[in-house]
Amino acid sequence: MESGLKERLLLLGLNHRTAPVEVRERFALEKKGRHPLKLLRDELPQASEAYFLSTCNRVEFLLVSTVPEEALSRLKELLSRETGLARETFEPHLYLLRDLEAVRHLFRVASGLDSLVLGEPQILGQVKEAYREAVDHRTTGPILNRLLHRTFSVAKRVRTETGIGSYAVSVSYAAVELAKKIFGSLRGKIALLVGAGEMAELAAQHLLAAGVEKMLVANRTLARAIELAERFRGEAYGLEELSECLLKTDIVISSTGAPGYVITREMVKPLLRKRRLRPLFFIDIAVPRDVEPAVNELENVYVFDIDDLKQVVEENLDRRRREAMRAERIIEEEVLKFERWLRELAVYPTIKALRAKAEAIRQRELARTLSRLRDLSPEEKEALELMTEAIVQKLLHAPITYLKVGYHRLGREAITTVRRVFDLDEDLEDLSGELFTTRERAVLKED
Amino acid sequence: MPEVFFFKLTLILYAVSTVGFFIYFYTLRPEALKGARWVFLSGFVTHTLSLLLRLKALKAPPVTSFHEATSFLAWAVVGVYFFLAYRGPKVYTLGTFLAPLVLFLMIASAISPATILPLPPALRSFWLPIHATISLISYAFFLVSAVAGLMYLIQERQVKRKTLGGIFRRLPPLESLDRLNELCLKYGFPLLTLGIITGALWAEEAWGSYWSWDPKETWSLILWFIYAALLHERLIVGWRGRRAALMALLGFVVWIISFFVVNLFLSGLHTYGKWT
Repeated sequence: MESGLKERLLLLGLNHRTAPVEVRERFALEKKGRHPLKLLRDELPQASEAYFLSTCNRVEFLLVSTVPEEALSRLKELLSRETGLARETFEPHLYLLRDLEAVRHLFRVASGLDSLVLGEPQILGQVKEAYREAVDHRTTGPILNRLLHRTFSVAKRVRTETGIGSYAVSVSYAAVELAKKIFGSLRGKIALLVGAGEMAELAAQHLLAAGVEKMLVANRTLARAIELAERFRGEAYGLEELSECLLKTDIVISSTGAPGYVITREMVKPLLRKRRLRPLFFIDIAVPRDVEPAVNELENVYVFDIDDLKQVVEENLDRRRREAMRAERIIEEEVLKFERWLRELAVYPTIKALRAKAEAIRQRELARTLSRLRDLSPEEKEALELMTEAIVQKLLHAPITYLKVGYHRLGREAITTVRRVFDLDEDLEDLSGELFTTRERAVLKED
Repeated sequence: MPEVFFFKLTLILYAVSTVGFFIYFYTLRPEALKGARWVFLSGFVTHTLSLLLRLKALKAPPVTSFHEATSFLAWAVVGVYFFLAYRGPKVYTLGTFLAPLVLFLMIASAISPATILPLPPALRSFWLPIHATISLISYAFFLVSAVAGLMYLIQERQVKRKTLGGIFRRLPPLESLDRLNELCLKYGFPLLTLGIITGALWAEEAWGSYWSWDPKETWSLILWFIYAALLHERLIVGWRGRRAALMALLGFVVWIISFFVVNLFLSGLHTYGKWT
């Protein structure tokens, strides 16, 4: 923007780090009354483009404006009115980023680098949804359209080129990943839930999602077992039938409130032969522990307690942090690319790029033709040169006039139109891609 | 001699693919695995050519000298690798463990005398090529099962001790390694049985007795009993995992005795591999 581009980018927001939930919930504007984008369109004429993102951990406004300071104070006024909070109350919680800082921030958010759980993937879907809303409300223009499309491809690049999303960072997911490392596929396997609890039930759900065929539920009180079994469409047992259950099952999630070991070496050892030595995987998330540590020493039996799992999660978080550093480098690269594009987003550089592209094509085609027509005299060659130059000149006349005249009437839109039609940024294939992947669409439908 | 040229080319290709498999193990980049596999496969092709040329010169399968037997075994191991890559469970890092073994066999073959000697009359028989070829292919299966067993034991140790670092992530699920072990046993054991039977038939033809307890025969029988026991326990009792892996490694040790020690250092009817 050093080139004197009049439009400036402004990003105003708050997130889980800067604002407590009491403030964040007041900013969930889309849930009360008028949609914030409608509000911006109607009452913030200082901004030519706007985008609004709201998730449970962050609220962000992104504006394009030629009068950034005016737009900013007007936006704060509006926010004060809509949230019912005094400016002094919420201002300390806000962060304001300008121009390339804003671009970088958006790239980082969409890639999951700014998330509470580093590298979590849902945020990209939320950013896409926010963009779709902005498009629906017609608050986006040439700059935001380009910026958001770049954002999606940056997030995709980060996901495929780094391992930021590939390590389990919750205890229940880590347990499922471990089970996969023992059994390969979990399809057709049977799991047993001993006791209950939020984390245990979450792990059970993840196991079912990963293909586990049947869930057995054993509980001290049979009524509770039946209730849980109904939820997981499984079979209910009393705790005294534990040995029988252990014969059938492959994976055990244990989380009882018992003071001592519920599953002991003496109990499991005689079962091994009857089980034909099939592997048995215990996930013990109870404190105090349910499974005697010595069970881990038995053949083809593996026990992971809560500390082991937390250790796995901790190591995986470290790996994600290392991958995040690689992601930051990708983002820096992309910010520079976007800066270049912004600088080019003016009449003169566009004309130059258009001429350069046409000239390159002319030269290439001419060379190809000349190499086939070897017997031409210098005069004939000269004539060919002149003819091709004339064709290029005449063809480019209309788009260049359109740029010069159209810029005064349509602004940046005219420039981006020409750039896109002639593929001057060489990103035609970006446009052909669908905005949402099928999985993201499914997630959005669930919401 | 063109077959020597192809043999050397094979050696180089196997060496390159070994490096490729190691790069894959380190970086986990799919392109590295793909590249290593293609080089490995082209090595297999040149190896096949070299064996065919030798077969033409010999007018019999090249399985009679130590040089030929190890080379043929290496060829069979690579063949089993691709067979399993196509049919077996997905074990992407198998190549990293198997390629060095193949390379070792090829080097052993390369440094042993390769001259084509006329077959002694005792070895000229209809049964010889069948017996030797089948036995060597069964060895190839057992070598792969031993490698799978080794990988299993390494991976199991990671899980039991909860050291879930780089090695843990690079090795496949325990179940896949166990299935690999089982698959190799199921193919290898019938072949070994067939190899011993055809060997007995050949012995009868050559020396007039089916079994003469020479060291090679004795050790082959021990090998057969080990795998018979493993197969039995697997099918009847349900042995799997650690024990099966240990048995496969025990089989490997016995095989080393029967193949290297007996051939190279003990005298008997099978001492085709004397270093000269």
